[in-house]
Amino acid sequence: MSVLVFIESEEGAIRKSSLEAVSCAFALAQATGTELTAVSAGDADENTLAGLGAYGASKVLKVSDSRLATLSGKPVISILQQAVQQEGSKLVVFAISSLTDAVAPGLAARLKAGLATNVVAVPEISGSTLTAKRSIYTGKAFSFTEVSGDVKVITMKKNAVEASASAGKTASVQALAVNFSDTDFVLKHISTEKATGDVLLPEAEIVVSGGRGLKGPENWGMIEDLAKTLGAATACSKPVSDLNWRPHHEHVGQTGIKVSPNLYIAIGISGAIQHVAGISSSKVIVAINSDPEAPIFKAADYGIVGNAFEIVPKLTAAFKAAK
Amino acid sequence: MKILVCITHVPDTTTRITFTDNNTRFNTSGVQFIIGPYDDYALARGIELKDATPGTTLTALNVGEAETEPTIRKALAAGADDAIRINALPTDAWFVAEQIAAVAKAENYDLILMGRESIDFNGGQVHGMVAELLDIPCVNPVQKLDLTGTTARIDREIEGGHETIELSLPFVAGCQEPIAEWKIPSMRGIMSARTKQLKVVQPTGGEKLTSVKSFEMPPAKSGVKLIPADKPEELVRLLKTEAKVI
Repeated sequence: MSVLVFIESEEGAIRKSSLEAVSCAFALAQATGTELTAVSAGDADENTLAGLGAYGASKVLKVSDSRLATLSGKPVISILQQAVQQEGSKLVVFAISSLTDAVAPGLAARLKAGLATNVVAVPEISGSTLTAKRSIYTGKAFSFTEVSGDVKVITMKKNAVEASASAGKTASVQALAVNFSDTDFVLKHISTEKATGDVLLPEAEIVVSGGRGLKGPENWGMIEDLAKTLGAATACSKPVSDLNWRPHHEHVGQTGIKVSPNLYIAIGISGAIQHVAGISSSKVIVAINSDPEAPIFKAADYGIVGNAFEIVPKLTAAFKAAK
Repeated sequence: MKILVCITHVPDTTTRITFTDNNTRFNTSGVQFIIGPYDDYALARGIELKDATPGTTLTALNVGEAETEPTIRKALAAGADDAIRINALPTDAWFVAEQIAAVAKAENYDLILMGRESIDFNGGQVHGMVAELLDIPCVNPVQKLDLTGTTARIDREIEGGHETIELSLPFVAGCQEPIAEWKIPSMRGIMSARTKQLKVVQPTGGEKLTSVKSFEMPPAKSGVKLIPADKPEELVRLLKTEAKVI
């Protein structure tokens, strides 16, 4: 018996959100007196995977198959189903991602497992019941949800549990041979378009976000400068992506990306309730807006009232000076 | 072609969320209910595909009690041909997925669309479960969906960008913007919605794997600390020494 955690990697490096999931899964393994097994189907090599011992994994199952160059839901569901069987796992932990959003419910349905998504803290386990604190109403509230079923599956929200490399375990990396079904590879991958070199928004520790107050896409240079100075990802409000000033994958809010960085800097964003919903789990929110009555100041921890075109370059310089 | 669009009946996005009964019940007093915004995108694309492909029918489905019928009528007004309401409270994703899968098995839909998640419980689970119960693929979150015969070309959002994939019908798609513009029902649509069929069926099975025990509001913000516009270095100092986030 063991707790299972699925990890994803980006250009060979394990995603931060996956490391957080490993730390969460390790806490659950300790709470239930079991070992932690990680599963990887990505491009992280054996050395990198062995490093998961520091985060609490005793074993890493590595799946290699030429058909897994780009991952899609069905083959990953098959991988995890067979890993659960082999390991006798009763609990599977995921980090939320564009892949696991389809994998976790598919796996739960295949195993008839209870599933809690959007979990914001290490769940409590008591007997055969798991109680998870979930983010609901798009960040406006939480629920305490009891999960039943012989196997249980949870998906963790980013930045909910700190990734801690102090578990002091040694992880052995083993190959997992998976019997795929014919229908696992019906998705044909055509192309991937991805911003390269930039910090990925959902993974970012710091987010610099611009709104309609910036007046046009040509004014985004100062947003990018500030983001670059801070090693931050850039984001925007819904009107900005609706106007095509910025790509949709930067849109943060109720119907866009929900972020939970340590620091969110909102520039020229009024703070409609739908935008605030997407940023409410940020640890610290800074608002820069010319309108002192803008609702964003109600959601913010720190604020500057004034002209963003004057403040932002000065702020960038101040961050540079403080480095 | 037969298209099924599953819709949720959820509080309007501007709703101030509160709970009653010692934080165990959502307070519906004064709350406006709408078609889930993501489901509304799915519905809009479904209607476009129906209009582009003669002989296509589009059925809207909701798992909910009688109070959701005005929301379902909105989907009919927007362009769905008929609707099904499965008469049960949608409190658990597995339960809801089993209801949808039971209908879908009997009706053999070519395409099942829904939002990437509901905006009340933010589960994002039902599309993946329905696909698995029907043993067909699930794609999510879908931003673009074009059909050529029975082959679909899809753009789905991934971290920092998007990928383009192809697959054959049938499948389940969890949709989000900008897949289509929301459809504003015409007066004619609203009139005809009154007479379109809205079939009520009783749920099958009934097993649930999750239950909400209580709710909690996020801690209130302690109030914004304002920094003079000519002192950005003061903000930097506070972020460093007080908030400790840089």
